[in-house]
Amino acid sequence: MKFISIVICAVLVVGASTAAHADEFTQEDLDRWSKQFDGVVKQGRTLWTTPELSKNGVVCGQCHPNAANTHPETYPKFQKQLGKVASLWEMVNWCLRNPLEAEPLAADDPRMTALLAYITWERRGVKLEPGKH
Amino acid sequence: MSIIYDRRRFLKTTTLAAGATALPMTLVELAFAKPADNFSFAYISDSHIQQIKGAQFVRNWDRGLIRAVAEANLLSPRPDFVIFGGDLAQMGSKPELDHGAEMLSKLNGKVYHVMGEHDYYLDLGEYWSKLFGKHYYSFDHKGVHFVVLNSILTYDEWTFDRWPTAERRMAEMAGLDNPNGSPFMVGQKQRAWLKKDLSRIEKSTPIVVLSHSPLQKIYKGWNFWTEDAEQVQALLAPFDKVTVLYGHVHQIQYNQIGNISFTSAMATAWPWPYPETYAQAQQMLPKLTVHMNRADPFFERDATGWQLIDIHTGRASVNYNLYNNAARTVAFDEHSGQPKDLSYQETDGRIAPQVHY
Repeated sequence: MKFISIVICAVLVVGASTAAHADEFTQEDLDRWSKQFDGVVKQGRTLWTTPELSKNGVVCGQCHPNAANTHPETYPKFQKQLGKVASLWEMVNWCLRNPLEAEPLAADDPRMTALLAYITWERRGVKLEPGKH
Repeated sequence: MSIIYDRRRFLKTTTLAAGATALPMTLVELAFAKPADNFSFAYISDSHIQQIKGAQFVRNWDRGLIRAVAEANLLSPRPDFVIFGGDLAQMGSKPELDHGAEMLSKLNGKVYHVMGEHDYYLDLGEYWSKLFGKHYYSFDHKGVHFVVLNSILTYDEWTFDRWPTAERRMAEMAGLDNPNGSPFMVGQKQRAWLKKDLSRIEKSTPIVVLSHSPLQKIYKGWNFWTEDAEQVQALLAPFDKVTVLYGHVHQIQYNQIGNISFTSAMATAWPWPYPETYAQAQQMLPKLTVHMNRADPFFERDATGWQLIDIHTGRASVNYNLYNNAARTVAFDEHSGQPKDLSYQETDGRIAPQVHY
Protein backbone atom coordinates (compact mmCIF):
# COMPACT_ATOMS: atom_id res chain seq x y z
CA MET A 1 0.00 0.00 0.00
CA LYS A 2 2.77 2.33 0.91
CA PHE A 3 4.54 1.47 -2.30
CA ILE A 4 1.42 2.32 -4.36
CA SER A 5 1.05 5.73 -2.76
CA ILE A 6 4.67 6.48 -3.54
CA VAL A 7 4.03 5.62 -7.15
CA ILE A 8 0.92 7.83 -7.20
CA CYS A 9 2.88 10.67 -5.66
CA ALA A 10 5.57 10.25 -8.26
CA VAL A 11 2.98 10.35 -11.04
CA LEU A 12 1.42 13.49 -9.56
CA VAL A 13 4.79 15.16 -9.36
CA VAL A 14 5.58 14.29 -12.97
CA GLY A 15 2.08 15.43 -13.98
CA ALA A 16 2.51 18.71 -12.16
CA SER A 17 5.86 19.39 -13.73
CA THR A 18 4.40 18.71 -17.24
CA ALA A 19 1.48 21.04 -16.52
CA ALA A 20 3.94 23.79 -15.68
CA HIS A 21 5.23 23.63 -19.28
CA ALA A 22 1.86 23.28 -20.99
CA ASP A 23 1.75 26.75 -22.57
CA GLU A 24 5.34 26.79 -23.56
CA PHE A 25 5.36 24.93 -26.85
CA THR A 26 8.09 25.84 -29.21
CA GLN A 27 8.45 26.40 -32.92
CA GLU A 28 9.91 22.92 -32.96
CA ASP A 29 6.64 21.56 -31.54
CA LEU A 30 4.61 23.45 -34.13
CA ASP A 31 6.77 22.17 -36.93
CA ARG A 32 6.44 18.60 -35.71
CA TRP A 33 2.66 18.79 -35.35
CA SER A 34 2.20 20.37 -38.72
CA LYS A 35 4.52 17.79 -40.27
CA GLN A 36 2.46 15.01 -38.68
CA PHE A 37 -0.73 16.53 -40.07
CA ASP A 38 0.71 17.11 -43.53
CA GLY A 39 1.92 13.52 -43.60
CA VAL A 40 -1.56 12.21 -42.86
CA VAL A 41 -3.11 14.53 -45.49
CA LYS A 42 -0.55 13.24 -47.98
CA GLN A 43 -1.37 9.67 -47.05
CA GLY A 44 -5.06 10.54 -47.55
CA ARG A 45 -4.33 11.95 -51.02
CA THR A 46 -2.49 8.72 -51.88
CA LEU A 47 -5.41 6.57 -50.69
CA TRP A 48 -7.75 8.89 -52.63
CA THR A 49 -5.93 8.50 -55.92
CA THR A 50 -4.65 4.90 -55.86
CA PRO A 51 -6.68 1.67 -55.79
CA GLU A 52 -5.26 0.48 -52.45
CA LEU A 53 -8.70 0.45 -50.75
CA SER A 54 -10.59 -0.59 -53.88
CA LYS A 55 -11.69 -4.02 -55.03
CA ASN A 56 -12.43 -3.06 -58.64
CA GLY A 57 -9.71 -0.51 -59.40
CA VAL A 58 -12.08 2.46 -59.14
CA VAL A 59 -10.54 5.23 -57.02
CA CYS A 60 -12.17 8.04 -55.00
CA GLY A 61 -10.51 10.69 -57.17
CA GLN A 62 -12.16 9.33 -60.31
CA CYS A 63 -15.47 10.98 -59.31
CA HIS A 64 -14.09 13.52 -56.83
CA PRO A 65 -11.08 15.36 -58.29
CA ASN A 66 -9.39 17.29 -55.48
CA ALA A 67 -12.07 15.76 -53.23
CA ALA A 68 -14.61 18.19 -54.74
CA ASN A 69 -18.33 17.57 -54.16
CA THR A 70 -17.73 15.82 -50.85
CA HIS A 71 -19.08 18.74 -48.79
CA PRO A 72 -17.22 18.00 -45.51
CA GLU A 73 -18.44 21.34 -44.12
CA THR A 74 -22.08 20.17 -44.24
CA TYR A 75 -21.64 17.04 -42.06
CA PRO A 76 -23.15 15.74 -39.86
CA LYS A 77 -26.39 16.09 -41.76
CA PHE A 78 -29.60 14.22 -42.42
CA GLN A 79 -28.98 11.77 -45.23
CA LYS A 80 -32.28 10.81 -46.79
CA GLN A 81 -30.90 7.60 -48.26
CA LEU A 82 -29.80 6.39 -44.79
CA GLY A 83 -32.83 7.81 -42.97
CA LYS A 84 -30.72 9.41 -40.25
CA VAL A 85 -28.20 12.08 -39.44
CA ALA A 86 -24.86 10.78 -40.69
CA SER A 87 -21.21 11.74 -40.31
CA LEU A 88 -18.83 12.07 -43.21
CA TRP A 89 -17.03 8.81 -42.43
CA GLU A 90 -20.28 6.93 -43.01
CA MET A 91 -20.52 8.50 -46.45
CA VAL A 92 -16.91 7.54 -47.19
CA ASN A 93 -17.86 3.97 -46.31
CA TRP A 94 -20.88 4.18 -48.62
CA CYS A 95 -18.49 5.00 -51.46
CA LEU A 96 -16.08 2.24 -50.45
CA ARG A 97 -18.92 -0.32 -50.49
CA ASN A 98 -20.61 0.83 -53.70
CA PRO A 99 -18.52 2.44 -56.46
CA LEU A 100 -15.31 0.84 -55.11
CA GLU A 101 -17.04 -2.49 -54.27
CA ALA A 102 -14.73 -2.75 -51.24
CA GLU A 103 -14.84 -3.33 -47.47
CA PRO A 104 -15.79 -0.38 -45.25
CA LEU A 105 -13.28 1.01 -42.73
CA ALA A 106 -13.74 1.48 -38.98
CA ALA A 107 -14.42 5.08 -38.01
CA ASP A 108 -11.09 5.28 -36.17
CA ASP A 109 -9.07 3.38 -38.75
CA PRO A 110 -5.95 5.48 -39.45
CA ARG A 111 -6.77 5.20 -43.17
CA MET A 112 -10.21 6.71 -42.53
CA THR A 113 -8.53 9.50 -40.57
CA ALA A 114 -6.22 10.07 -43.52
CA LEU A 115 -9.11 10.20 -46.02
CA LEU A 116 -11.05 12.65 -43.83
CA ALA A 117 -7.93 14.77 -43.31
CA TYR A 118 -7.39 15.00 -47.06
CA ILE A 119 -11.05 15.79 -47.83
CA THR A 120 -11.14 18.52 -45.18
CA TRP A 121 -7.78 19.99 -46.22
CA GLU A 122 -9.02 20.44 -49.81
CA ARG A 123 -12.05 22.29 -48.40
CA ARG A 124 -10.09 24.57 -46.05
CA GLY A 125 -11.38 28.10 -45.73
CA VAL A 126 -15.01 27.17 -46.40
CA LYS A 127 -17.31 28.02 -43.50
CA LEU A 128 -18.91 25.23 -41.47
CA GLU A 129 -22.57 24.64 -42.31
CA PRO A 130 -23.57 21.42 -40.52
CA GLY A 131 -26.90 20.02 -41.64
CA LYS A 132 -26.92 22.00 -44.90
CA HIS A 133 -28.17 20.53 -48.17
CA MET B 1 -50.61 22.11 -96.51
CA SER B 2 -49.57 24.85 -98.88
CA ILE B 3 -48.48 27.41 -96.29
CA ILE B 4 -44.81 28.28 -96.62
CA TYR B 5 -43.14 29.17 -93.34
CA ASP B 6 -40.28 31.53 -93.41
CA ARG B 7 -37.40 30.41 -91.19
CA ARG B 8 -37.37 33.30 -88.78
CA ARG B 9 -41.05 32.91 -88.22
CA PHE B 10 -40.66 29.16 -87.83
CA LEU B 11 -38.06 29.50 -85.11
CA LYS B 12 -40.09 32.09 -83.27
CA THR B 13 -43.13 29.85 -83.41
CA THR B 14 -41.32 26.74 -82.24
CA THR B 15 -39.57 28.59 -79.40
CA LEU B 16 -42.89 29.92 -78.17
CA ALA B 17 -44.57 26.58 -78.58
CA ALA B 18 -41.82 24.77 -76.70
CA GLY B 19 -41.91 27.32 -73.89
CA ALA B 20 -45.66 27.24 -73.56
CA THR B 21 -46.31 23.52 -73.71
CA ALA B 22 -42.92 22.01 -72.86
CA LEU B 23 -43.16 19.82 -75.94
CA PRO B 24 -39.83 18.26 -76.83
CA MET B 25 -38.18 20.15 -79.69
CA THR B 26 -38.17 17.02 -81.78
CA LEU B 27 -41.97 16.84 -81.86
CA VAL B 28 -42.36 20.51 -82.64
CA GLU B 29 -39.83 20.22 -85.37
CA LEU B 30 -41.58 17.26 -86.96
CA ALA B 31 -44.76 19.31 -87.19
CA PHE B 32 -43.30 22.44 -88.75
CA ALA B 33 -39.84 21.98 -90.16
CA LYS B 34 -38.79 21.37 -93.70
CA PRO B 35 -37.51 17.82 -93.36
CA ALA B 36 -34.71 18.35 -95.84
CA ASP B 37 -33.04 20.98 -93.65
CA ASN B 38 -33.32 19.20 -90.36
CA PHE B 39 -31.97 16.05 -88.86
CA SER B 40 -30.96 14.57 -85.56
CA PHE B 41 -28.17 12.43 -84.24
CA ALA B 42 -27.48 10.77 -80.92
CA TYR B 43 -24.37 11.65 -78.93
CA ILE B 44 -22.99 9.19 -76.37
CA SER B 45 -19.76 9.96 -74.55
CA ASP B 46 -17.28 9.15 -71.79
CA SER B 47 -18.05 5.54 -70.90
CA HIS B 48 -14.65 4.83 -69.29
CA ILE B 49 -14.91 1.06 -69.64
CA GLN B 50 -12.50 -0.19 -66.96
CA GLN B 51 -10.93 -3.62 -66.76
CA ILE B 52 -10.53 -5.24 -63.34
CA LYS B 53 -8.72 -8.32 -64.64
CA GLY B 54 -9.27 -10.80 -67.44
CA ALA B 55 -12.86 -10.63 -68.59
CA GLN B 56 -13.97 -8.67 -65.48
CA PHE B 57 -14.91 -5.02 -65.98
CA VAL B 58 -16.31 -2.41 -63.58
CA ARG B 59 -20.03 -3.17 -63.63
CA ASN B 60 -21.21 0.39 -62.98
CA TRP B 61 -19.50 1.86 -66.07
CA ASP B 62 -20.62 -1.07 -68.24
CA ARG B 63 -24.23 -0.46 -67.20
CA GLY B 64 -23.98 3.20 -68.18
CA LEU B 65 -22.95 2.44 -71.73
CA ILE B 66 -25.37 -0.48 -72.10
CA ARG B 67 -28.25 1.76 -71.04
CA ALA B 68 -27.33 4.61 -73.40
CA VAL B 69 -26.97 2.21 -76.34
CA ALA B 70 -30.29 0.52 -75.57
CA GLU B 71 -32.12 3.84 -75.28
CA ALA B 72 -30.54 5.31 -78.41
CA ASN B 73 -31.73 2.23 -80.30
CA LEU B 74 -35.29 2.98 -79.19
CA LEU B 75 -35.34 6.45 -80.77
CA SER B 76 -38.08 6.89 -83.30
CA PRO B 77 -37.76 8.37 -85.83
CA ARG B 78 -34.21 7.05 -86.14
CA PRO B 79 -31.38 9.56 -85.75
CA ASP B 80 -29.24 9.86 -88.87
CA PHE B 81 -26.14 8.64 -87.05
CA VAL B 82 -24.50 8.35 -83.62
CA ILE B 83 -21.44 10.17 -82.30
CA PHE B 84 -19.31 8.55 -79.64
CA GLY B 85 -17.52 11.46 -77.97
CA GLY B 86 -14.38 9.73 -76.66
CA ASP B 87 -13.03 8.06 -73.50
CA LEU B 88 -14.53 4.72 -74.38
CA ALA B 89 -11.77 3.11 -72.26
CA GLN B 90 -10.36 4.07 -68.86
CA MET B 91 -6.72 2.98 -69.28
CA GLY B 92 -6.63 2.73 -73.09
CA SER B 93 -6.05 -1.02 -73.12
CA LYS B 94 -7.02 -3.45 -75.86
CA PRO B 95 -9.42 -5.42 -73.60
CA GLU B 96 -11.18 -2.19 -72.57
CA LEU B 97 -11.47 -0.86 -76.14
CA ASP B 98 -12.61 -4.27 -77.39
CA HIS B 99 -15.22 -4.61 -74.65
CA GLY B 100 -16.45 -1.06 -75.30
CA ALA B 101 -16.54 -1.63 -79.06
CA GLU B 102 -18.55 -4.79 -78.52
CA MET B 103 -21.18 -2.88 -76.53
CA LEU B 104 -21.23 -0.08 -79.12
CA SER B 105 -21.63 -2.61 -81.93
CA LYS B 106 -25.22 -3.08 -80.77
CA LEU B 107 -26.04 0.47 -81.91
CA ASN B 108 -28.18 0.61 -85.02
CA GLY B 109 -26.73 2.88 -87.68
CA LYS B 110 -23.47 4.61 -88.46
CA VAL B 111 -21.23 5.62 -85.53
CA TYR B 112 -18.60 8.37 -85.77
CA HIS B 113 -15.86 8.26 -83.14
CA VAL B 114 -13.98 11.02 -81.35
CA MET B 115 -10.65 10.33 -79.61
CA GLY B 116 -10.43 10.82 -75.84
CA GLU B 117 -7.28 10.96 -73.72
CA HIS B 118 -8.17 7.68 -72.00
CA ASP B 119 -8.25 6.00 -75.42
CA TYR B 120 -4.99 7.55 -76.55
CA TYR B 121 -2.14 7.72 -74.07
CA LEU B 122 -1.32 4.01 -73.77
CA ASP B 123 -0.41 3.38 -77.41
CA LEU B 124 -1.04 6.85 -78.88
CA GLY B 125 -4.30 5.77 -80.46
CA GLU B 126 -2.92 2.86 -82.45
CA TYR B 127 -5.38 0.19 -81.40
CA TRP B 128 -8.27 2.67 -81.29
CA SER B 129 -7.46 3.49 -84.92
CA LYS B 130 -7.67 -0.17 -85.90
CA LEU B 131 -11.18 -0.30 -84.45
CA PHE B 132 -12.55 3.10 -85.38
CA GLY B 133 -10.41 4.72 -88.08
CA LYS B 134 -8.77 8.12 -88.38
CA HIS B 135 -7.92 10.30 -85.38
CA TYR B 136 -9.32 13.39 -87.11
CA TYR B 137 -11.48 13.79 -90.20
CA SER B 138 -14.43 15.64 -91.67
CA PHE B 139 -17.64 14.71 -93.42
CA ASP B 140 -20.72 16.40 -94.86
CA HIS B 141 -24.27 15.59 -93.95
CA LYS B 142 -27.41 17.27 -95.29
CA GLY B 143 -25.69 20.58 -95.90
CA VAL B 144 -23.76 20.65 -92.62
CA HIS B 145 -19.97 20.27 -92.54
CA PHE B 146 -18.84 18.10 -89.62
CA VAL B 147 -15.27 18.23 -88.35
CA VAL B 148 -13.94 15.67 -85.86
CA LEU B 149 -10.76 16.78 -84.08
CA ASN B 150 -8.34 14.91 -81.87
CA SER B 151 -8.10 17.69 -79.28
CA ILE B 152 -6.41 15.73 -76.48
CA LEU B 153 -2.83 15.90 -77.81
CA THR B 154 -0.23 17.65 -75.72
CA TYR B 155 3.41 18.80 -75.77
CA ASP B 156 5.76 16.35 -77.49
CA GLU B 157 8.19 16.32 -74.59
CA TRP B 158 5.45 15.13 -72.24
CA THR B 159 4.19 12.51 -74.69
CA PHE B 160 7.47 11.10 -75.95
CA ASP B 161 10.25 11.85 -73.46
CA ARG B 162 8.97 12.18 -69.95
CA TRP B 163 7.70 8.75 -68.90
CA PRO B 164 9.58 5.46 -68.60
CA THR B 165 6.65 3.35 -69.87
CA ALA B 166 3.47 3.75 -71.89
CA GLU B 167 1.44 2.44 -68.92
CA ARG B 168 2.90 5.14 -66.69
CA ARG B 169 2.11 7.82 -69.30
CA MET B 170 -1.50 6.61 -69.50
CA ALA B 171 -1.84 6.52 -65.70
CA GLU B 172 -0.45 10.05 -65.33
CA MET B 173 -2.92 11.44 -67.88
CA ALA B 174 -5.84 9.42 -66.47
CA GLY B 175 -5.92 11.29 -63.14
CA LEU B 176 -8.08 14.33 -63.78
CA ASP B 177 -6.56 16.40 -60.96
CA ASN B 178 -3.05 15.00 -61.34
CA PRO B 179 -0.51 17.84 -61.34
CA ASN B 180 1.78 15.63 -63.49
CA GLY B 181 -0.73 15.81 -66.37
CA SER B 182 -0.38 18.16 -69.32
CA PRO B 183 -2.79 20.55 -71.03
CA PHE B 184 -4.71 19.29 -74.06
CA MET B 185 -4.20 20.81 -77.47
CA VAL B 186 -5.16 20.34 -81.10
CA GLY B 187 -1.64 21.13 -82.24
CA GLN B 188 -0.08 22.85 -85.19
CA LYS B 189 -0.28 19.93 -87.63
CA GLN B 190 -3.97 19.40 -87.10
CA ARG B 191 -4.72 23.14 -87.17
CA ALA B 192 -3.03 23.29 -90.58
CA TRP B 193 -5.22 20.39 -91.71
CA LEU B 194 -8.32 22.14 -90.32
CA LYS B 195 -7.46 25.35 -92.15
CA LYS B 196 -7.11 23.46 -95.41
CA ASP B 197 -10.27 21.42 -94.78
CA LEU B 198 -12.30 24.55 -94.13
CA SER B 199 -10.86 26.45 -97.11
CA ARG B 200 -13.18 24.63 -99.51
CA ILE B 201 -16.29 25.29 -97.42
CA GLU B 202 -18.67 28.22 -98.06
CA LYS B 203 -18.82 30.65 -95.15
CA SER B 204 -22.59 30.23 -95.01
CA THR B 205 -22.33 26.44 -94.52
CA PRO B 206 -23.15 25.43 -90.95
CA ILE B 207 -20.13 23.88 -89.22
CA VAL B 208 -20.35 21.35 -86.38
CA VAL B 209 -17.05 20.56 -84.66
CA LEU B 210 -16.80 17.45 -82.50
CA SER B 211 -13.93 17.35 -80.04
CA HIS B 212 -13.25 15.59 -76.76
CA SER B 213 -11.86 18.58 -74.84
CA PRO B 214 -13.83 21.85 -74.65
CA LEU B 215 -11.98 23.98 -77.33
CA GLN B 216 -12.28 26.75 -74.75
CA LYS B 217 -10.52 27.48 -71.48
CA ILE B 218 -12.53 26.67 -68.38
CA TYR B 219 -10.29 25.16 -65.69
CA LYS B 220 -6.74 24.10 -66.38
CA GLY B 221 -6.35 22.10 -63.14
CA TRP B 222 -8.76 19.46 -64.41
CA ASN B 223 -7.92 19.90 -68.09
CA PHE B 224 -11.33 21.42 -68.84
CA TRP B 225 -9.10 23.18 -71.27
CA THR B 226 -7.57 23.31 -74.72
CA GLU B 227 -4.21 25.08 -74.82
CA ASP B 228 -4.59 26.37 -78.39
CA ALA B 229 -8.33 27.07 -78.11
CA GLU B 230 -7.98 30.65 -79.38
CA GLN B 231 -6.15 29.52 -82.51
CA VAL B 232 -8.78 26.89 -83.28
CA GLN B 233 -11.56 29.40 -82.62
CA ALA B 234 -9.87 31.84 -85.01
CA LEU B 235 -10.11 29.26 -87.82
CA LEU B 236 -13.83 28.85 -87.11
CA ALA B 237 -14.53 32.57 -86.75
CA PRO B 238 -15.21 33.35 -90.45
CA PHE B 239 -18.20 31.00 -90.61
CA ASP B 240 -21.76 32.17 -89.94
CA LYS B 241 -22.92 29.24 -87.85
CA VAL B 242 -20.50 27.18 -85.80
CA THR B 243 -21.36 24.64 -83.12
CA VAL B 244 -18.77 22.88 -80.98
CA LEU B 245 -19.94 19.73 -79.21
CA TYR B 246 -17.50 18.26 -76.70
CA GLY B 247 -17.27 15.54 -74.06
CA HIS B 248 -14.65 15.10 -71.33
CA VAL B 249 -16.29 17.30 -68.67
CA HIS B 250 -19.02 14.85 -67.52
CA GLN B 251 -21.44 17.73 -66.90
CA ILE B 252 -23.70 20.21 -68.67
CA GLN B 253 -21.86 23.27 -69.93
CA TYR B 254 -22.76 25.73 -72.66
CA ASN B 255 -21.30 28.95 -73.85
CA GLN B 256 -21.09 31.38 -76.74
CA ILE B 257 -17.81 32.92 -77.91
CA GLY B 258 -18.31 35.20 -80.89
CA ASN B 259 -20.07 33.14 -83.55
CA ILE B 260 -19.26 29.79 -81.90
CA SER B 261 -21.83 27.97 -79.75
CA PHE B 262 -20.40 25.45 -77.32
CA THR B 263 -22.38 22.64 -75.67
CA SER B 264 -20.97 19.70 -73.70
CA ALA B 265 -22.12 16.10 -73.38
CA MET B 266 -22.85 14.08 -70.27
CA ALA B 267 -20.84 10.97 -69.43
CA THR B 268 -22.48 7.58 -69.31
CA ALA B 269 -20.03 6.53 -66.56
CA TRP B 270 -20.03 9.10 -63.73
CA PRO B 271 -20.58 12.86 -63.27
CA TRP B 272 -17.91 15.40 -62.35
CA PRO B 273 -18.28 18.31 -59.97
CA TYR B 274 -18.24 21.79 -61.44
CA PRO B 275 -14.75 23.25 -61.03
CA GLU B 276 -16.08 26.05 -58.82
CA THR B 277 -16.92 23.46 -56.16
CA TYR B 278 -13.17 23.08 -55.64
CA ALA B 279 -12.61 25.74 -53.02
CA GLN B 280 -8.86 26.19 -53.65
CA ALA B 281 -9.00 27.07 -57.34
CA GLN B 282 -9.85 29.79 -59.78
CA GLN B 283 -11.86 28.62 -62.76
CA MET B 284 -13.80 30.17 -65.58
CA LEU B 285 -17.02 28.26 -66.03
CA PRO B 286 -19.01 29.94 -68.79
CA LYS B 287 -21.50 32.33 -67.28
CA LEU B 288 -24.28 31.00 -69.49
CA THR B 289 -24.23 27.58 -67.91
CA VAL B 290 -27.06 26.65 -65.55
CA HIS B 291 -25.58 23.81 -63.50
CA MET B 292 -26.86 20.29 -63.83
CA ASN B 293 -28.68 18.85 -60.86
CA ARG B 294 -27.30 16.16 -58.58
CA ALA B 295 -30.56 14.67 -57.40
CA ASP B 296 -29.37 11.54 -55.62
CA PRO B 297 -25.74 10.41 -55.55
CA PHE B 298 -26.91 7.06 -54.18
CA PHE B 299 -28.62 6.38 -57.52
CA GLU B 300 -25.97 4.75 -59.65
CA ARG B 301 -26.77 6.69 -62.82
CA ASP B 302 -27.30 10.04 -61.08
CA ALA B 303 -26.14 12.98 -63.19
CA THR B 304 -25.09 10.78 -66.10
CA GLY B 305 -26.88 10.49 -69.44
CA TRP B 306 -26.67 10.92 -73.18
CA GLN B 307 -27.87 13.36 -75.81
CA LEU B 308 -30.14 13.60 -78.81
CA ILE B 309 -29.11 16.52 -80.95
CA ASP B 310 -31.46 18.19 -83.42
CA ILE B 311 -29.89 20.25 -86.15
CA HIS B 312 -32.34 22.73 -87.59
CA THR B 313 -31.32 25.44 -90.04
CA GLY B 314 -27.73 24.71 -89.10
CA ARG B 315 -28.13 25.27 -85.34
CA ALA B 316 -28.12 22.64 -82.62
CA SER B 317 -30.63 21.78 -79.93
CA VAL B 318 -29.08 19.43 -77.42
CA ASN B 319 -31.65 17.27 -75.65
CA TYR B 320 -30.14 15.78 -72.51
CA ASN B 321 -31.59 12.47 -71.39
CA LEU B 322 -30.73 12.48 -67.68
CA TYR B 323 -32.48 9.37 -66.41
CA ASN B 324 -33.91 10.09 -62.92
CA ASN B 325 -33.19 13.81 -63.25
CA ALA B 326 -35.50 15.97 -65.38
CA ALA B 327 -34.49 16.03 -69.04
CA ARG B 328 -33.06 19.33 -70.26
CA THR B 329 -32.76 20.97 -73.65
CA VAL B 330 -30.09 23.50 -74.46
CA ALA B 331 -30.91 25.11 -77.79
CA PHE B 332 -29.47 27.96 -79.81
CA ASP B 333 -31.67 30.99 -79.28
CA GLU B 334 -31.93 33.23 -82.36
CA HIS B 335 -32.94 36.32 -80.39
CA SER B 336 -30.03 36.33 -77.98
CA GLY B 337 -27.58 34.61 -80.32
CA GLN B 338 -26.45 32.05 -77.79
CA PRO B 339 -27.40 28.61 -76.47
CA LYS B 340 -30.07 28.66 -73.78
CA ASP B 341 -31.71 26.09 -71.58
CA LEU B 342 -35.37 25.99 -72.58
CA SER B 343 -36.55 25.48 -69.00
CA TYR B 344 -33.88 26.74 -66.63
CA GLN B 345 -32.81 30.35 -66.91
CA GLU B 346 -30.56 32.19 -64.50
CA THR B 347 -32.33 35.15 -62.95
CA ASP B 348 -29.57 37.35 -64.29
CA GLY B 349 -29.57 35.42 -67.54
CA ARG B 350 -29.47 38.45 -69.81
CA ILE B 351 -25.74 38.98 -69.63
CA ALA B 352 -23.69 39.39 -72.78
CA PRO B 353 -21.87 36.28 -73.98
CA GLN B 354 -18.25 36.01 -72.94
CA VAL B 355 -15.87 36.74 -75.75
CA HIS B 356 -12.55 35.93 -74.12
CA TYR B 357 -11.10 34.17 -71.14
